[in-house]
Amino acid sequence: MSAISRKEVEHVANLARLRLTEEEAERYTKDLNAILEFAAKLNELDTSAVQPTSHATDVKNVMREDEIRPSLPLEDVLKNAPDHEDGQFKVPAVLE
Amino acid sequence: MSLFDKRLTEIHSALRARELSVTDLVQASLASIRERDDKIKSVLLVDEEGALEQARKLDEQLVKKDKEPGLLFGLPAGLKDNIVTKGIRTTCASKFLANYDPIYDGTVSQKVKEADAVIVAKLNMDEFAMGGSNENSGFFPAKNPWNPEYVPGGSSGGSAAAMAARHFYFTLGSDTGGSIRQPAAFCGVVGLKPTYGRVSRFGLVAFASSLDQIGPITKNVEDAAYVLQAIAGHDPYDSTSADVEVPNFLEALTGDIKGLRIGVPKELIGEGIDPEVREAVLAALKQLESMGATWNEVSMPHTEYAVPAYYLLASSEASSNLARFDGVRYGVRADNADNLLDLYMESRSNGFGPEVKRRIMLGTYALSSGYYDAYYKKAQQVRTLIIQDFNNIFADYDVILHPTTPRTAFRIGEKTDDPVKMYLEDICTVPVNLAGLPAISVPCGFAQNGLPIGLQIIGRAFDEATILRVAHAYEQSAGYHLRKPEWVRG
Repeated sequence: MSAISRKEVEHVANLARLRLTEEEAERYTKDLNAILEFAAKLNELDTSAVQPTSHATDVKNVMREDEIRPSLPLEDVLKNAPDHEDGQFKVPAVLE
Repeated sequence: MSLFDKRLTEIHSALRARELSVTDLVQASLASIRERDDKIKSVLLVDEEGALEQARKLDEQLVKKDKEPGLLFGLPAGLKDNIVTKGIRTTCASKFLANYDPIYDGTVSQKVKEADAVIVAKLNMDEFAMGGSNENSGFFPAKNPWNPEYVPGGSSGGSAAAMAARHFYFTLGSDTGGSIRQPAAFCGVVGLKPTYGRVSRFGLVAFASSLDQIGPITKNVEDAAYVLQAIAGHDPYDSTSADVEVPNFLEALTGDIKGLRIGVPKELIGEGIDPEVREAVLAALKQLESMGATWNEVSMPHTEYAVPAYYLLASSEASSNLARFDGVRYGVRADNADNLLDLYMESRSNGFGPEVKRRIMLGTYALSSGYYDAYYKKAQQVRTLIIQDFNNIFADYDVILHPTTPRTAFRIGEKTDDPVKMYLEDICTVPVNLAGLPAISVPCGFAQNGLPIGLQIIGRAFDEATILRVAHAYEQSAGYHLRKPEWVRG
């Protein structure tokens, strides 16, 4: 049995906001199955008593004062935007 | 001999004596790229105007003596193209960011500038740092300087190839699962991945935030120590950067390794390692022994689980990090979208290359409802076991040593069809990232086919000083770092 079906691959692509071509859908079904089969190796290990790592090194929460500081100039922030209007990013209508 | 073969102290004396100018250094870098990069395709963008302007300023400063020269004064540098540079296009070798013009400098970009180095060019890489061969560059693959039919490694393949070609005095790369060390090994240069948190990641386009780390690629260990000195340190803009003291790394290069205890994991020196690579590493161990170190075989029992755990974790983090590329605020927007959802879908589908999509898919799946425990959490638990493997060894040993890669560089196109086969090549490098440790790759010989072999030295967290000391002592006595490809000599 394969770990992930073509239909699931299409569902995952939709979650990831990717539109796959026919060939891509086929290719990724094959590839993800191979990778997940390989990943199933981890099930050889009993990890029921093992804490998952959250940080490899000893990182603690970092706090700072909530002070007002200058932000990036609006002109700079919009510089790389494909489209903008009145100081805002512009996109097509959400709904028709 | 290239100008960039000289020691930093020699260059600085020549600059002080006016036998050399910063403009000369930058012109040498520009000429090397112009005349020789066609062979290896390591460079994506040259900022000729900006670099010459900066050189002129530094030359003036040298005359006026109004400012103390920085640690990396006048040295031409190339930065991997996932490190943002204000006003210099930064693409991550992705068509998605083909027109991205950063409005700020990454912390390392700023630090190399503050140290008075000159950023000359942005370097080729696997798209968004995903890959180990540079074949995933969205523009064109970089090639191995020792034989252009072979890959330079990746993802910092451009940074390593450019260094082997001596286009620059130093380059910067980034390492998520081996992306500094593996290309350094494949190209016969030195690559250092610092401890997670030693160098700020602010302005490094994120791939897997719990694993990514920036580091230098250089011609020798001394240069790596200089560059690390300049870029290390706590940064309030990166809350994962460590607030720990930065020692003087240059002072660590004593040449003395008497009494050093080396652990060699049997899982990474035996089966699965090419015999030529194994022989070279065993010869290096012998050399280190003759210098007063001792070594023992040790075990890292969870080694075989590191690659699958790594690919689940790195891809999960990537799928989340790369969600920001939506064609709204920056990047290339698809022009055929009717509504907002369409705009996301079309921009992302056109912008990302095949390997990036594959990993976004894998990560999205591993984090999706119903699979999180089976994949992501499981991988984080296995990560804990791998960290314990390292801790157990470091209780008795000062450093861990084994090959940087199981084999020397492979042919372009040889492994592109089989992602699992490609991923397995990362077995010697990914455990280090999972544990956040510092590691360095230094040249330790050449295979029959003339391709370089890399030796990897791993240290305790924040103990870059020890691995630099060991790597430097080895390098100075072995001398493999002095060899250059035929066409680079003269």
